[in-house]
Amino acid sequence: MSRLHSENTAFTPNTNSLLSASNLACIRGDRLLFETLDINIAAGDIVQVEGPNGAGKTSLLRILSGLSQPYDGQVYFQDKRITQHRETFHQDLLYLGHLPGVKDEMTAQENLEFNLALHGLNSATAEATLAEVNLLGFEDALAAHLSAGQHRRISLARLWQSQAKIWILDEPFTAIDKLGVEKLEQLFLQHADNGGCVILTTHQDLSLPAERVKKVTLAYRFY
Amino acid sequence: MTQVSYRAAFGLIVKRDLMIAFRHRDDIINPLLFFVIVVTLFPLGVGPESTTLSRIAPGIIWVAALLATLLSLDRLFKSDYADGSLEQMLLSPQPIFILVLAKIVAHWLLTGLPLILIAPLLAVLLHLNEHSYGALMLTLLLGTPVLSLLGAIGVALTVGIKKGGVLLSLLVLPLYIPVLIFATSAIDTAAMNLPYNGQLAIIAAIFFASLTLAPFAVSAALKVSTN
Repeated sequence: MSRLHSENTAFTPNTNSLLSASNLACIRGDRLLFETLDINIAAGDIVQVEGPNGAGKTSLLRILSGLSQPYDGQVYFQDKRITQHRETFHQDLLYLGHLPGVKDEMTAQENLEFNLALHGLNSATAEATLAEVNLLGFEDALAAHLSAGQHRRISLARLWQSQAKIWILDEPFTAIDKLGVEKLEQLFLQHADNGGCVILTTHQDLSLPAERVKKVTLAYRFY
Repeated sequence: MTQVSYRAAFGLIVKRDLMIAFRHRDDIINPLLFFVIVVTLFPLGVGPESTTLSRIAPGIIWVAALLATLLSLDRLFKSDYADGSLEQMLLSPQPIFILVLAKIVAHWLLTGLPLILIAPLLAVLLHLNEHSYGALMLTLLLGTPVLSLLGAIGVALTVGIKKGGVLLSLLVLPLYIPVLIFATSAIDTAAMNLPYNGQLAIIAAIFFASLTLAPFAVSAALKVSTN
């Protein structure tokens, strides 16, 4: 269950939570983006982080994934601090940021194969996985010759193979067409039903049933 | 999910970096060309007198190798940082030490190794003393990995900065100076037909110290840079 507290509350670790954070604070430049933020995400949750530009959505996702350090507070993966259990946490984490992480000098298939292999997944099925994201016929095209949407699709293709429980996706729908968005939403639902959780930011309205999507709203603060 | 063995993860990254470099050959050729040009210009500038040239040959070759490496350092993390693949590597379940070491090894294979292979040819051009060839090769073999390892720390620290070029040189060059001093001293000693084990042992010590410690420093620096 995701909840957001504006007042300071004592944090009680939830036994069935996958990912939780207590008392998070984040400062970027001179601006306090958020403070005393508690989040608790359990298996089956789809969490949409909302807020205007500059409210700290990306910062929050980067903190939850362990890429950035919070100014204050802690992030826990199954009640263990992620800073102390980095490798076990990362085995169960799939984070896709703003940048697709696709190398221009490699083909679509080589990019996907590398990404899968690096995260311990079977890279032999890369070709079939590319078909899932409508990149059939582009396997051997250098990524430099593909469009922004196709780059995004190469990086999203990993979702179909992923066995990680926690998906943290920063604007996954950027440059993706309507049909692709629908397919992704179905995949998110399926992942949540299989005991995973999805944390994402998007400015689009999700077409998923409202009761399935939990929202965390960050407000823009002027101080 | 199966845990990738350390060796497999290491091999995976080295293979990927080599593949990218071979498809983007400028990155390999540029530092090498720089090395050749600097060394070949010296006989033209100083004059073809063999006694002068053989006196300054060790210094020229080593300084040129050092600057050529400096020129190539940016490639180590910059493009991976720019397209987001560095983030993905930091988030992979492998120890960052392994990933960083693999990237440094790939960098050395693409810059250090070609420099070593071409150095004896350029040494002929500079009339290097015949007794010094062994010392030149050994110091380069032990010294160029140090340049890649220590350089990686500098790149990791400056990768997030838009124009980090000057800062990188300022950070890295002082760290290179001990290697330069002991390497040229070893080659000079060899030219006088004296044993140069002492200098070589010190370079070897620097090599092993940086091999074991630099990847930790690079991991920490990358975490700061991507924060």
